Amino acid sequence: MHWVNAVVMLIMITSGWGIYDDDVIIRGFHFSSFWRLGDWAAWSLNWHFAGMWFLAINGLMYLLYGFASGRFREKLLPIRPTEVVQTVIDTLHFKIAHEDITVYNAVQKLLYIIVILAGISQVITGIAIWKPVQFSGLVSLLGGFQSARLLHFAGMAAIVGFLIVHVALALLVPKTLWAIIAGGPHLRPRSGAKEGHAA
Amino acid sequence: MKSPFRPDLAPDATVLDDHKPPIRSLERRGLIRGGLSLGTLVMLTGCDITRPEAVESALLAISRFNDRVQALLFDPNKLAPTYPASMILRPPKFNAYYEVVDVKPVNGATWRLEVSGLVADKRAWTLPDLQALPQTSMVIKHICVEGWSYIGGWTGVPLRLFLERVGADLRAKYVAFKTADNYPSSIDMASALHPQTLLALQYGGEPLANPFGYPMRLRTAVKLGYKNPKWVTAIEVTNKYPGGYWESLGFPWFAGI
Repeated sequence: MHWVNAVVMLIMITSGWGIYDDDVIIRGFHFSSFWRLGDWAAWSLNWHFAGMWFLAINGLMYLLYGFASGRFREKLLPIRPTEVVQTVIDTLHFKIAHEDITVYNAVQKLLYIIVILAGISQVITGIAIWKPVQFSGLVSLLGGFQSARLLHFAGMAAIVGFLIVHVALALLVPKTLWAIIAGGPHLRPRSGAKEGHAA
Repeated sequence: MKSPFRPDLAPDATVLDDHKPPIRSLERRGLIRGGLSLGTLVMLTGCDITRPEAVESALLAISRFNDRVQALLFDPNKLAPTYPASMILRPPKFNAYYEVVDVKPVNGATWRLEVSGLVADKRAWTLPDLQALPQTSMVIKHICVEGWSYIGGWTGVPLRLFLERVGADLRAKYVAFKTADNYPSSIDMASALHPQTLLALQYGGEPLANPFGYPMRLRTAVKLGYKNPKWVTAIEVTNKYPGGYWESLGFPWFAGI
């Protein structure tokens, strides 16, 4: 799921930049062709409207799995503000403790929750600007078509910001790389779980 | 390639001569960067940015699938939001595949609207003929595929009323348009019959101005801007997929909003 998402996210982001360039939101701010998927707007759009299915279906499966398996509750909660502050201080002192890569620190938890919400938001604002008449109620909830479009752009910026930190930190902690590629370390069954199932 | 939506004037050749050395160095840098970008994109997405046939046909297949999904999502009774007349942008925003200076005005006195295909009455229509039909007004948002939008006020003959008047087969799949600026277009019958789809004759209470399709253009609230051909000269009701100008270049056909 992670790698489907990684590929589709890159498709959605870079094709989105191609669409953005046709009518920029920030005056004077373009994405050069280096960064765009699709040689002009029609093909960026076709990439975007193809990728959306994979993003939405993969994302939905990820959310269902995360909630049903209890993974979200176990890995991402609770977040204590003091822990967030402490982690930020530690990181600024280059103390990036990451002995057990199966446990997320408070900042990681916070960032993962933010990026999951940003992903959900992208699908919702995307639907709004894709079908602003059929879903006109949703559009007015988002403050109008241009406002929904702006939120869609902001969601992209949040995800790209996350992506930069996410990739940089994964490279800084090399042992996560093997886990990302080959799957995480084997965990001992949690207390209460039946043992001996592997026999 | 830059977007054909916004062609710029070609740069003055003397400026190019003055700046030849820096331009050459730019090209060299561009080549290196382009090479890197090609490599990066191929690795990142597994796709070739030059759009090979296999990728193109896969994207177009998904686009046709999306057309069907959009047709299912389309609710013929759902009305687009409307706005007070005070919000009408005057004049409206011009957009075409060419610049506004290249607009060729159409003579309303000699203009005729041809009707063909699955219709009972193929008589051509004049502007007074259309003006004599019941008129409807709507103040709706124009949304362009590029992302911009504006509020416009349109008055004209509901396409549904016109199709009924010429005895069109309302179970046909497509309504196709030909225009004086050679911008063929077509929409699905369900959208053609939507109450906010007009053969527009007026903007903001005045006859359409030349750049905006005088004497008659299509204006529908349930499609993106590029599905609204201006200077319409012929309407055909058909079951054979008619396509359209931007559609033949890769844009989705249904383009419902």
